[in-house]
Amino acid sequence: MQDLEKYILRIADSSLILSHRLSEWCSKGPTLEEDIAISNISLDLLGRANSLLEYCSKVNGNKSADDLAFKRDEREFYNFQICELENGHFGDTIIRQFLFDSYASLFFKKLSESKDETLSAIALKSIKEINYHLRHSSNWVIRLGDGTKLSKEKIQDSLNKIWKYTGEFFEMDELDNEMLKKQIGLDNKELKNQWDIIINETLEKAKLNRPKDGFMMTGSKKGIHTELLGKILSEMQYIPRAYPDAKW
Amino acid sequence: MSEQTIDKKVDSAKKRKINYAVLQEEIFENKINAEKKIEPKDWMPEGYRNHLIRQISQHAHSEIIGMQPEGNWITRAPSLRAKMILLAKVQDEAGHGLYLYSACETLGISREELNQQLHEGKAKYSSIFNYPTLSWADMGAIGWLVDGAAIVNQVSLQKTSYGPYSRGMIKICKEESFHQRQGYEIMAQMANGTKEQKEMAQDALNRFWWPSIMMFGPHDADSPRTGNAMKWKIKRKTNDELRQSFIDKTVEQAELIGLKIPDPDLKWNEEKGSYDFGEIDWEEFWNVVNGNGPCNEQRLDHHKKAHNEGEWVRDAARAYSQKQTTNE
Amino acid sequence: MQLELIHKNKLQMNKAATIWEVFIQSKNGLAHKHVGNVHAEDKEMALQNARDLYTRRNEGSCIWVVKSEHIVSSVPEDEESFFDPSNDKVYRHPTFYNLPDGVKHI
Repeated sequence: MQDLEKYILRIADSSLILSHRLSEWCSKGPTLEEDIAISNISLDLLGRANSLLEYCSKVNGNKSADDLAFKRDEREFYNFQICELENGHFGDTIIRQFLFDSYASLFFKKLSESKDETLSAIALKSIKEINYHLRHSSNWVIRLGDGTKLSKEKIQDSLNKIWKYTGEFFEMDELDNEMLKKQIGLDNKELKNQWDIIINETLEKAKLNRPKDGFMMTGSKKGIHTELLGKILSEMQYIPRAYPDAKW
Repeated sequence: MSEQTIDKKVDSAKKRKINYAVLQEEIFENKINAEKKIEPKDWMPEGYRNHLIRQISQHAHSEIIGMQPEGNWITRAPSLRAKMILLAKVQDEAGHGLYLYSACETLGISREELNQQLHEGKAKYSSIFNYPTLSWADMGAIGWLVDGAAIVNQVSLQKTSYGPYSRGMIKICKEESFHQRQGYEIMAQMANGTKEQKEMAQDALNRFWWPSIMMFGPHDADSPRTGNAMKWKIKRKTNDELRQSFIDKTVEQAELIGLKIPDPDLKWNEEKGSYDFGEIDWEEFWNVVNGNGPCNEQRLDHHKKAHNEGEWVRDAARAYSQKQTTNE
Repeated sequence: MQLELIHKNKLQMNKAATIWEVFIQSKNGLAHKHVGNVHAEDKEMALQNARDLYTRRNEGSCIWVVKSEHIVSSVPEDEESFFDPSNDKVYRHPTFYNLPDGVKHI
């Protein structure tokens, strides 16, 4: 696989898998309005994944975007592990979303400066959406953190549990360095300071404690995931795999 | 308003020998006859108001419960495009439910109370959603038939006499057309696809045809509420009229893609200029309406569960907002 | 009587969400138009909910949300309505009525 393909897939997969998780909230939201808000975010992410997979398909030359989404195995997916975490309760979902949105707002802003025109264009389009997502998730972090005693307990717990998945955002491996050299990709490490600022600002308003940095989960860049991804893919990919000759 | 104030007003009216109830009734009826809209602040007979609350809220509940059978297949949608379209469609249903709850609330009832009525079984929703979605083809069948039936009904309701309901229906109709097209496209593609796809599509049609035409309710003769609903121009066409209209539209659509409607008595009637069709299984109809359909319990349990599990979130949002108001 | 409309369960009323009326300006230069309502607890949530619900098809360039209780309305031409406790309430939302604690059967 070419470097560029893999790089695109990393970005696409995070959007695809996170979108999938959010779509599981359909008809289960705490209010109808929130049901719509969550599926709105899911749709944005899915649209982004689609654009990226279409691009990847062009670069690949053989596989279609649907092939890439529905016919790759677990070890060939490169989404951040945080994206595949279970929805849990609303607080778990909001924390996952907030941590990801804060990172994404910085990542896509930088990616819009990419020398790769397609990636730059996709990134530019994503920025508006992401800012809206971040507004939504950070507002909820604040409401839940500074709401009732119960909501504070629950969301602090979510934050403590999910924190260890944030390390992956700022890793750089050989491929990242290659892409950076070509001015297609960016330096993930450089995003950390800004990210800390966003996180700390919101956590302060939410009256929540920032967990200490300890052990961080890692491996998704190499296709190493939690046991959750396999189950997502079984469900997501089952029909195209069961009917390989059919068009849907 | 205090009791003394009311007494004063009543006395004053008695003195002027005007019977306000009669006057209000006359104004109301004139509006109805003149095809004017009744708005929330207008006087209306209790019967009219209660009928509307029941009809609009059940319509709203249907949209929301309807999210479940379709939502069931979002995570298994077989292509990126299919997934996006289905997710957008189900999101629309939530939106439609919200427009309708919003219209219903203008009549003096809260969404919380409507919710409670749904949970206690006091309010119903369209029975079609008490059937399970068993294959991807059901997404096609539901979009094509169920949304198709809903459209026939909703187009007619755009002219309903109550303002907020009418405006809600106009908005919904604008958004609804993509839903039916989505469903029909799925059916058409499958009917022209592999052997398994065609069988799946025919199977979905077989299971959803009769429940879809049952959506229009009992025969006019067996529908006690139709009288008032037509008189007050809440309803603009009767159950049977709408049902016939739907069947006439849909049979040709099925033939075009090579699918067979599962009704041996279906026949074109040249004289009538429309289709004759078989008798509906009214026993099944009433069973499902009364709670004994395949998914009745599941649908309500799902709704209750979501509501209960979300309570801490709603409480938190309220608490947070109250803190802000105190600080302002 | 109007008061019969008010929901009997006081706990329910306390848990009722705030209702906001939504006005959308679909294009720059046009007037805002009333499109319906949303439930939300704070103004940020009200704006976001309104945006998600009413502008899914890019129907808006500007959104206004106003708490329903803040809207003042004129009365319809048939003014002498006996049982209308407050002439300027737009809708008959039962949550508008503040009843004293402990009141029963209402």
